[in-house]
Amino acid sequence: MTDAAIAEGSLLYLDNVHRSFDGFKAINGLSLVLAPGEMRAIIGPNGAGKTTMMDIITGKTRPDSGDVLFEGRVDLTRHDEAEIAIMGIGRKFQKPTVFESHTVADNLELALRAKRGPFSTLVHKTTRAEYQRIDEILATIRLTERRSWLAANLSHGQKQWLEIGMLLAQEPKLLLVDEPVAGMTDDETAETAILLRKIAETQSVVVVEHDMTFVRDLGVKVTVLHEGSVLAEGSLDVVSSNPKVIEVYLGR
Amino acid sequence: MITHFILNGLDRRAGIVVALLVAIAILVPVLNLVVPPSSPFHVPGYTLALFGKYLCYALLALSLDLVWGYCGILSLGHGAFFALGGYAMGMYLMRQIGPRGVYGDPVLPDFMVFLNYQELPWFWHGFDMFWFAAIMVVVVPGLLAFVFGWFAFRSRVTGVYLSIITQAMTFALLLAFFRNDMGLGGNNGLTDFKDILGFNVQSAETRSGLFAATALSLALSFWICSSVVRSKAGKVLIAVRDAESRTRFIGYRVEHYKLFVWTLSAMMAGVAGALYVPQVGIINPSEFDPANSIEAVIWVAVGGRGTLIGPIIGAVLVNFGKTWFTAALPEVWLFALGALFVLVTLFLPKGIVGTVQLAAASWRERRAAAPAAVALDPKPAE
Repeated sequence: MTDAAIAEGSLLYLDNVHRSFDGFKAINGLSLVLAPGEMRAIIGPNGAGKTTMMDIITGKTRPDSGDVLFEGRVDLTRHDEAEIAIMGIGRKFQKPTVFESHTVADNLELALRAKRGPFSTLVHKTTRAEYQRIDEILATIRLTERRSWLAANLSHGQKQWLEIGMLLAQEPKLLLVDEPVAGMTDDETAETAILLRKIAETQSVVVVEHDMTFVRDLGVKVTVLHEGSVLAEGSLDVVSSNPKVIEVYLGR
Repeated sequence: MITHFILNGLDRRAGIVVALLVAIAILVPVLNLVVPPSSPFHVPGYTLALFGKYLCYALLALSLDLVWGYCGILSLGHGAFFALGGYAMGMYLMRQIGPRGVYGDPVLPDFMVFLNYQELPWFWHGFDMFWFAAIMVVVVPGLLAFVFGWFAFRSRVTGVYLSIITQAMTFALLLAFFRNDMGLGGNNGLTDFKDILGFNVQSAETRSGLFAATALSLALSFWICSSVVRSKAGKVLIAVRDAESRTRFIGYRVEHYKLFVWTLSAMMAGVAGALYVPQVGIINPSEFDPANSIEAVIWVAVGGRGTLIGPIIGAVLVNFGKTWFTAALPEVWLFALGALFVLVTLFLPKGIVGTVQLAAASWRERRAAAPAAVALDPKPAE
């Protein structure tokens, strides 16, 4: 297949992307194709360029060169964070960032798909459909009991789930999830794997994670990043038996 | 939709504040004009003028709190918008003097005759009409805020850097307005006002009217602010304050929200300045002094930022203290102000109102928890 044909059928398409910071090559010829509906896990040692990759996809960082296409046609390098979010790419940060002085329900309401301009939100009245959607999401992320709590009072794991719930409320086509189980208990980690698998039934998901048990629980195709480019790709068993991968990452 | 916006702002608590301010707007002038001076309920003209001034400061503090308390933009230059609104009103009042000036020129204000102006500078045209001046009171500060904010927020200048450039803005205006060739009275500013809307600015009735207008403007602004912060847009503003980049990643154009609230706030500050000038009888470049803007920040911090009633209480209390101190112990005032700021920052980080709210909330929680604890313990220890 030609590059154009590959890009055509993809949801996310990165080709030969480069980005350096003060001479440090954070992303160095990275190419990655994600099919619609696919769930992908990305692993790699610290400094492999995982977060920079997320920054490039979501418009926070511009690449020095290379193509970044969404749905095979939208050039993501030409848009800013808010535009990319509205197009349908949601992002969950490594450190849970929810709006601490808002209630759980308000956090979700802010994320719900609706007009985003100041004059629309100024006169906005929450509709019954929106309340229903909030209830559904609360049930999915198991926070129904906590709906009127301030987000600041949630546990670490609950904040992570709330943030995933906010992503769901955005109804994105693609979810980028950065280390969702960092700092979680084993039970919470297992629950999160179930939650993400459920989300992946309807949306494409890219998960960056260090936790190997968790990646195994997800049971999806794995991409290994190293020094800003792809080192190996395949199922977890295939990549973890790859000698190059063992050398740079798993062997240590 | 608009009615939802307007009514949503007037919950029980905001309703009480608005009603209280309207009552003050009616009662205080009545107590001043109708009740005879011999009565203990009489409000002397001096007190009325003083509190009229405090209410102008309260409006400035409210506008500052809208951007600082709800959107995290710490402005150290809000006095500039206040002063610009004041100058717009001052220009109207100057034109009302007409031929009654010292030099008796039918059109040119005294300072222009003194500086050998042959004709009125272009930007003075229209200010002989009250409606035009009233529009300029909000348009001029609003426009400056819009242009300033457009550049600052689009380039994502935030935090202390933004605070510093707001301070630089007001300082630059201070220097500009000091110049005689600005055509705005230079060092001396605008003063010797005679009439407003045909009424003598010195008369007790006009002063009462100005007081009432100030209290009503504060009530209206409070209502507007309450509507804004209780709307979904208000929730977005708080989201920006707490986690700006998160807000961006869920699809909000943060710079548009900042620009909106910043411009609205500058317009309110302009109104405060316009109401202030006829009550104190002068506007000069010292109103642009950065120290004034910083003082306004202290009022908000003392009262409680992020609450709407806090800045009003803070502005009135601190200025009451200032009046008392500068009369009794003039050399101590600045130290007292500094100490107040340090103490509030250390011991009442949420200000007076924020602390009271916190205490009330924890009291309610304890009261709710006490019977619940009993109910949750079905088997008392045997």
